[in-house]
Amino acid sequence: MRHIVSLLVENEAGALSRISGLFSARGYNIESLTVATTEDPTLSRMTIITTGSDRIIEQITKQLNKLVDVVKLQDFTEGNFIEREMMFVKVRAVGDDQRAEIKRLSDIFRARIIDVTDTTFCIELTGSGDKLEAYIRAMHEKNVIEVVRSGSMGILRGERALTI
Amino acid sequence: MELSGSEIIIQFLKDEGVEHLFGYPGGAVLHIYDALHKQNDIKHILVRHEQGAAHAADGYARATGKPGVCLVTSGPGATNAITGIATAFMDSVPLVVITGQVPSHAIGSDAFQEVDAVGISRPCVKHNFLVKDLNKLAETLKKAFYIATTGRPGPVVIDIPKDITAPHIKIPYEYPKQVKIRSYNPNLKGHPRQIKRAVELLLSAKRPMIYSGGGVIMDGASQELRDFVHHLGYPITQTLMGLGAFPGTDPQFIGLLGMHGTYESNMAMHDCDVLIAIGARFDDRITGVPSKFCPYAQIIHIDIDPASISKTITADIPIVGGAKQVLTEMLKILVNSDQPIDKSATEDWWNKIKSWQKQNSFAYDKKEGVIQPQTVIEELYQVTGGEAYITSDVGQHQMFAAQFYHFDEPRRWINSGGLGTMGFGLPAAMGVKIAFPDKDVACVTGEGSIQMCMQELSTCLQYDVPVKIINLNNRYLGMVRQWQEFFYEKRYSHVYMDALPDFVKLSEAYGHVGIKVEDPNDLHDAMKEAFELKDRTVFLDIITDQEANVYPMISAGKAHNEMELSPLQQKIQASLKTSGEIA
Ligand SMILES: Cc1ncc(C[n+]2csc(CCOP(=O)(O)OP(=O)(O)O)c2C)c(N)n1
Ligand SMILES: [Mg+2]
Repeated sequence: MRHIVSLLVENEAGALSRISGLFSARGYNIESLTVATTEDPTLSRMTIITTGSDRIIEQITKQLNKLVDVVKLQDFTEGNFIEREMMFVKVRAVGDDQRAEIKRLSDIFRARIIDVTDTTFCIELTGSGDKLEAYIRAMHEKNVIEVVRSGSMGILRGERALTI
Repeated sequence: MELSGSEIIIQFLKDEGVEHLFGYPGGAVLHIYDALHKQNDIKHILVRHEQGAAHAADGYARATGKPGVCLVTSGPGATNAITGIATAFMDSVPLVVITGQVPSHAIGSDAFQEVDAVGISRPCVKHNFLVKDLNKLAETLKKAFYIATTGRPGPVVIDIPKDITAPHIKIPYEYPKQVKIRSYNPNLKGHPRQIKRAVELLLSAKRPMIYSGGGVIMDGASQELRDFVHHLGYPITQTLMGLGAFPGTDPQFIGLLGMHGTYESNMAMHDCDVLIAIGARFDDRITGVPSKFCPYAQIIHIDIDPASISKTITADIPIVGGAKQVLTEMLKILVNSDQPIDKSATEDWWNKIKSWQKQNSFAYDKKEGVIQPQTVIEELYQVTGGEAYITSDVGQHQMFAAQFYHFDEPRRWINSGGLGTMGFGLPAAMGVKIAFPDKDVACVTGEGSIQMCMQELSTCLQYDVPVKIINLNNRYLGMVRQWQEFFYEKRYSHVYMDALPDFVKLSEAYGHVGIKVEDPNDLHDAMKEAFELKDRTVFLDIITDQEANVYPMISAGKAHNEMELSPLQQKIQASLKTSGEIA
């Protein structure tokens, strides 16, 4: 099953490699990993999307917790949370018809065109992984020049929060 | 007090109570060695290979319970130490390893003797640090000792660039008495409700088994374990790492567990209805195939490391906590309970175990004219009164030592169980002897293993560390040969040790005493002589039966009640079956 695990990690050199090293050394799957500093500069927030049986997921969270750099960790999967991913897509956009069609499609997906040239659009889109994939599918494959995805990040809904 | 980085390291080690440092110098640690030269409190042991430094510090730590400390240079110094660090990691031994690093400005430039020591060691340390700021040096050292010695212990590496230790840059130093690490808070106290449930389950058992491991020794919980087991009156088996926590000669101890354990321990493991695992991690050498492991048992698992619980075998009652505290709590409940232990409830179970014990599963053929490896260990046990510290290398000799030396005290049996590192024995023995100069220390080894860290014989002479080397010389990489005999139709591929050195002459060349023993009749006297030469390192080169095998054995894919017995043991079993003494 797919799990979304959120972590607060010491913002120290080596913390990221400890975590990614753990996944490769123990043969765990990693679908995506995002990381950036939080409002507290000593902490990084990380979101990991992983898959595995319940037993493996339990091991993953325990092994992550065991790392000295991991301050706090929560598996969001069972709870009420929001997941989002951001994507840039560069598409070929030549001729009025095609440009109009792309704009129309982007409106439907609430995507934003953030860079325009005579022959291309660069589009920004945020949403669940499914939504991002649906957008790419809707674009004709031959028009897609480049796709950049951030990987998912997650946050709990309501009062609950992963903080120290 | 204003000190340089090097002086801070030395002063910190003194303040931390470190007495011995195992190391080897080189460019990146020259400043530290200079500071070391200007003092007399910390004794530095110059090994002959950095692997030896790590193993010696490891042996020292296992025997004393204090952290072992190493100092090695950058590059090859650090990489040489890795095997020793990984060995300590697998067996949860507290080690602090200081590695020199090229100067900060040169890091990443492929400088002379640069390796990414933090990167290379990462998968085999509990934690590691690169010191980038002199002002954080003392605090980092404190963190390293704190992490290495608390919770589930393990090795910690501190990589220190050369500029940090420069003699002319001085800063104020104060010993950091305490550190707090917000992300590291090992939990020692087990959950009270879980503990209560565990006691209730234990008391309801008809066929209970206690299975204890190295965690009991590491946590200093041997006395608590003894009190607990004696109070319950239940049978106990111990892992290779756990031997000595409970006395090997106590009637409640039914022997070693696992691949080469006793028949009764493994049978009891298979048939038990309640299993309590204490400071043991269900290693595959214990469990065999997880699906066939303890098919009838409800399992209680006490471990300080939550990740060890339900990793391979699911625990019905998991208890995260230190063995010492949890056992104390359990015993408290048991003693205060109005429900006394009903010894008759487990009488049938004990009778069954006693019938299995008749199998005498360590019985071996005492062939004429050739020394059996088992006999050597029996002699060793007798001559040392069972009180020696025994280190071992890896192979058949290791298993024979575990089977035939009955350890009554913890920290006396020192071997590489997790990583199975050949070469561990001699440097580890050195570490033990340095910690306990007045005790007998013997290294049980094989002609293969001893050649992996043989060079430390030179260190033994320099620092006057008289250990006894008991070399079970079968001219084979015996354990590998045994597997080739059993599973590869005797195709002995590259396991014959030809062109062996003359170990007697070699020992003499190193300044020690060498004694070769070939005749079984000479064994006892030679062993006695070796231990009577108190202040000499003695190398006993004992020519043993070439094709002796370690029995009994659980082969891959088999259950605990499917042990393979030696031909002699099979005969014993057949006659017991005829007489109806075992089913
Ligand atoms: C460093 C290392 N390399 C290889 C092995 C694999 N190995 C396990 S036991 C063994 C044979 C050991 O031979 P010896 O020391 O003569 O002991 P014996 O089994 O003959 O008693 C080998 C090669 C190992 N454990 N460690
Ligand atoms: Mg051998």
